[in-house]
Amino acid sequence: MAGIGIDEVRHVARLARLELSDEELHGLVGELTALLEHVDAIRQLDTSGVPATAHAIPLSNVLRDDVVGPCLERDEVLAAAPAAEEGRIVVPAILREEP
Amino acid sequence: MPEGYETVVGLEVHCELATATKLFCGCPNVFGAEPNTNICPVCLGLPGSLPVLNRRAVELAMRIGTALGCEIRPSVFHRKNYFYPDMPKDYQISQYDEPVNVNGRLELPDGSVVGIERAHIEEDTGKTTHVGATGRIHGASHSLVDYNRAGVPLVETVSAPDIRSAEQARAYVIELRGVLVATGASDGRMEEGSLRVDANISVRPTGSDILGTRCEVKNLNSLRSLVRAIEYEARRQVELLEAGGAVTQETRHWDEDAGVTHPLRSKEEAYDYRYFQEPDLVPLVPDAALLEAATAGEALLPSDRRRRIAEVFAAHGAEASAEQVLTVIELDLDQLVLDAVEVGADARLALARAANEAAARPDDARRLDPRAFADLVKMEHDGKLSATQSKTVLGALLEEGGDPADIAARLGYEALDTAELEAAVDRVIAESPDEWTRYVGGDAKVTGYFVGKVMQATKGRADGKVVSSVLAARRDEAAGR
Repeated sequence: MAGIGIDEVRHVARLARLELSDEELHGLVGELTALLEHVDAIRQLDTSGVPATAHAIPLSNVLRDDVVGPCLERDEVLAAAPAAEEGRIVVPAILREEP
Repeated sequence: MPEGYETVVGLEVHCELATATKLFCGCPNVFGAEPNTNICPVCLGLPGSLPVLNRRAVELAMRIGTALGCEIRPSVFHRKNYFYPDMPKDYQISQYDEPVNVNGRLELPDGSVVGIERAHIEEDTGKTTHVGATGRIHGASHSLVDYNRAGVPLVETVSAPDIRSAEQARAYVIELRGVLVATGASDGRMEEGSLRVDANISVRPTGSDILGTRCEVKNLNSLRSLVRAIEYEARRQVELLEAGGAVTQETRHWDEDAGVTHPLRSKEEAYDYRYFQEPDLVPLVPDAALLEAATAGEALLPSDRRRRIAEVFAAHGAEASAEQVLTVIELDLDQLVLDAVEVGADARLALARAANEAAARPDDARRLDPRAFADLVKMEHDGKLSATQSKTVLGALLEEGGDPADIAARLGYEALDTAELEAAVDRVIAESPDEWTRYVGGDAKVTGYFVGKVMQATKGRADGKVVSSVLAARRDEAAGR
């Protein structure tokens, strides 16, 4: 049966870097369970004769030639970042969760 | 490796493809540009932008698959989701359960075969620099990101856990690099990051066919790092097991200066990446045009080049040193040897001079006129130049080109005829009666003394081997034999 526990919701929230209150977590348990039940209902359909579809549009090999196109102005890009240094974007120290 | 244990290694080799542009956009794919100058809405993942797959990258990936004997299959792209600032989109587009190339193999020069599980297409990530007291990841105050590399096309070749030693891992990477360069997919420059290796390392009791718990070691920037890291990591795991502990599956970082690995982050389980099919890209199907491009214009693979040398040497009844063959192929000097042999140079000697002296200056050696090289080898082989003289002339030839005979004449290396040489030997014998008595009495140690004296007298023009044989002949005469 479909369903999702609060621990799983908390785990997924952490992966998505979402900070959720207990109230929000409980609310999401209900909402996500309803969604999963809906998927479960679809899963009941007999699809044994239906080939797997990779994409909604029956299309393959959409390719472009290896030709250089325009890039953005660096100053424009860096202006949109919270902070920049030496032409690079400043981000918080990586792996600070590590011991 | 401690007795009773076996090392098991599988390698993941990331190869940047030598395309003009990135995998999904027209930004230039170049090394060493000013930070954040080769970026656009697509590789930054800005809203409303859409990726379009680079045809050349697909062709090169299929060439790699062909060269590795893979099955080339219809494939799809997935998003690998993770939070790490090296990807502005917060996901990397990669191939997950349906990669383009599967089930190949790579035969190494020693005849061992390493299975290739897959070779799939994915995009590279940006480059992070850690700022802080040490410049290392741990203890950094903040990090700086350059997205020029984000979206550069990669092929990741994943080997089966068939590798059994650090040396075999090294041979595998050299062979794979040769294949990647031959297909035109890569420039093979490890020092510029064109080729990056991660090693999955485990140990197990010798004779066991169960795989031990593995650690993935990253930051292997050179062949030397690869060998050292595998040796270190295998020893660490054996010591853990011997002490009654267990190996934890994790990602570890190789610290080249300290010569150790340390844990980086606990490996997220596959489902934590929440792979799902990239909705903005359609499937890739190897049609006739792509498959034709995948096999066209391919240079000889390293294995073909080894076979070619073996055949030529066999035809000349010469034995090729396996080590010298690997050296000339790696440095792209095998054609020089074959061309020289073709115009009459002695095969064994041509190979030796190419693998030793010419290999010391590979760039100059690749420009060497094969006929001049052949002439030099012939002069040495015919005894017109001693080995020492030949090496000196080759050095000059590499430096300035020209005719080896002219260079030899300019250096005063004129052929020493037999009479002149014998006269020099006789003079030295006459000047050293005590040493001569000892030599005739069977003291082989004084041979070097005589050879040295003759060399001095002839200003290095004599061939040491010929001097020895003249000495032996004189001794036999003196002994009345």
